[in-house]
Amino acid sequence: MGFLLGKPSTVSGTRRVPASLVGLAGLFLIWEVASQTGLVPELYLRPPSEVLPAMVGLLGDEKFLRALLATVLATVIALLIAILIAVPGGLVLGSIPLVRRACMTVVEFLRPIPSVALIPLALLITGTGPDTKIALAVYGALWPILFNTMYALDELDPLHVETARAFGTGRVAVLTRIALPSAAPFVLTGVRLSFTIALAVVVSTELFAGGTKGLGQFIMEANSGGAHMDQVLAGTVIAGLVGYAANAGLERLNAKLFAWNAPRGEAS
Amino acid sequence: MVRTMLDVADLGHTYQAKDGAHDAIDGLTFTVEAGELVCVVGPSGCGKSTLLRSISGLIRPTRGTVSLHGTPVDGVPADLAVVFQDYSRSLFPWLTVQRNVEFPLRELSKAERTARAGEALAAVGLENAGRKYPWQLSGGMQQRVAIARALAYRPALLLMDEPFASVDAQTRFELEDLLLRVRREQDTTVLLVTHDIDESVYLGDRVLVLSKSPARVVAALDVGLGEKRDQITTRSSDEFVELRAKVAGLLQSAPTAETVH
Ligand SMILES: Nc1ncnc2c1ncn2[C@@H]1O[C@H](COP(=O)(O)OP(=O)(O)O)[C@@H](O)[C@H]1O
Ligand SMILES: [Mg+2]
Repeated sequence: MGFLLGKPSTVSGTRRVPASLVGLAGLFLIWEVASQTGLVPELYLRPPSEVLPAMVGLLGDEKFLRALLATVLATVIALLIAILIAVPGGLVLGSIPLVRRACMTVVEFLRPIPSVALIPLALLITGTGPDTKIALAVYGALWPILFNTMYALDELDPLHVETARAFGTGRVAVLTRIALPSAAPFVLTGVRLSFTIALAVVVSTELFAGGTKGLGQFIMEANSGGAHMDQVLAGTVIAGLVGYAANAGLERLNAKLFAWNAPRGEAS
Repeated sequence: MVRTMLDVADLGHTYQAKDGAHDAIDGLTFTVEAGELVCVVGPSGCGKSTLLRSISGLIRPTRGTVSLHGTPVDGVPADLAVVFQDYSRSLFPWLTVQRNVEFPLRELSKAERTARAGEALAAVGLENAGRKYPWQLSGGMQQRVAIARALAYRPALLLMDEPFASVDAQTRFELEDLLLRVRREQDTTVLLVTHDIDESVYLGDRVLVLSKSPARVVAALDVGLGEKRDQITTRSSDEFVELRAKVAGLLQSAPTAETVH
């Protein structure tokens, strides 16, 4: 049961930047060619040469920026709430076998339910306010953090625990001073995975619920009638960029905070 | 002042495993006086770690009693420190060397913690390594940090579980001499277990020889080598050679578990 969702990344971001830029440029090139040659319906999949200027335009558009901010804010809030629930939850589940046995059936039942499938139900119950999309995103973002925290405790070195205990460290202090820091890199990996999930759930909820301000709603409105496909695509690319930037940022944070974990990772 | 620091009486421990019970130690009785350095020597798997884990309260022994300066041990005693063999796993990789050494000093003020850790690191010759991380140090240096951490805690009793078994021979000699120096300077009481006969004689004021599993004390030998010891002259002295032969003989002829039962 010792597997972890994703390995904590130890590669610093800097060396991979050129390669990733080449990949991105390649993607845009294929997209441009496919669109220009009519390989895909040009009317809907506008070429990057149109979408990129539309993006620049959007970044100067106040209505769009507000929508973007609403989405990012909801995602971040959801992520923070998910961390506050899942990290203590994972610590408890990971360190008290009895609680773990009692809870795992419920957890294994709830986890596979896609939060997107809960959107209609949630909209009925809590309406179209921001709390709905936040609640749904929390639900989706909980699991990677919970499981990574829990499994990280399985990997906890018993000698660390014995050393701490021999110096008179109590049970709770062992949890906060030993278990938590040694699980931290895995928790952060969970957070990284969860950001993408939270963002996807927030945008999906906005797509569904007309009244919820955000990137999803903006895209939906631009899409109606098919008149502003360049804006639809520009908004979509920007959503992707937000996810990419958050992921890269969290990877960097990981490399910076958890340099100590790198030699350990290499050794195993 | 209590002269007897550690009193182990009729100590026994049986591990309950899925495939039946396993007697790791049985009927162990001995004392360690304040200021003494006692070496316990026994073959691998005879129960040395089990003995130390029982004394340090990490496991609750199934039989017998352990008293630390007159107080029966129940749970982890406050004034005891342990140095394990596996330094790379007993130091906390997420903490700097300085923070590792400060780890057990939580009750002290920040200034006192810093001062104590600094002193302890200086005592093991690592005054400039405080800001490094354990994995940036060599194995021998890491074990010095673990020793410094134990010393900073100023334990009444220092337990060491094969502390030099994982370093190369040259480093082992250095660390052995370091231990002899700091215990003299700080008047620490030490109980050290090892499977290395020479090491037990070189370090100990007294050597307790254990039988094969379940461990019992077969002999307690006084080591008359004096305070000042030297890796070359001491090890080639008649007294040393005689003692190590005696310990080796005892280990060889020690009754095994089968002949005891
Ligand atoms: N947690 C445990 N559960 C069951 N058996 C154990 C456990 N720890 C040690 N043992 C057994 O007890 C015996 C003594 O172990 P140990 O005290 O580690 O010996 P030593 O330190 O002298 O090598 C060994 O046979 C070992 O397999
Ligand atoms: Mg051992």
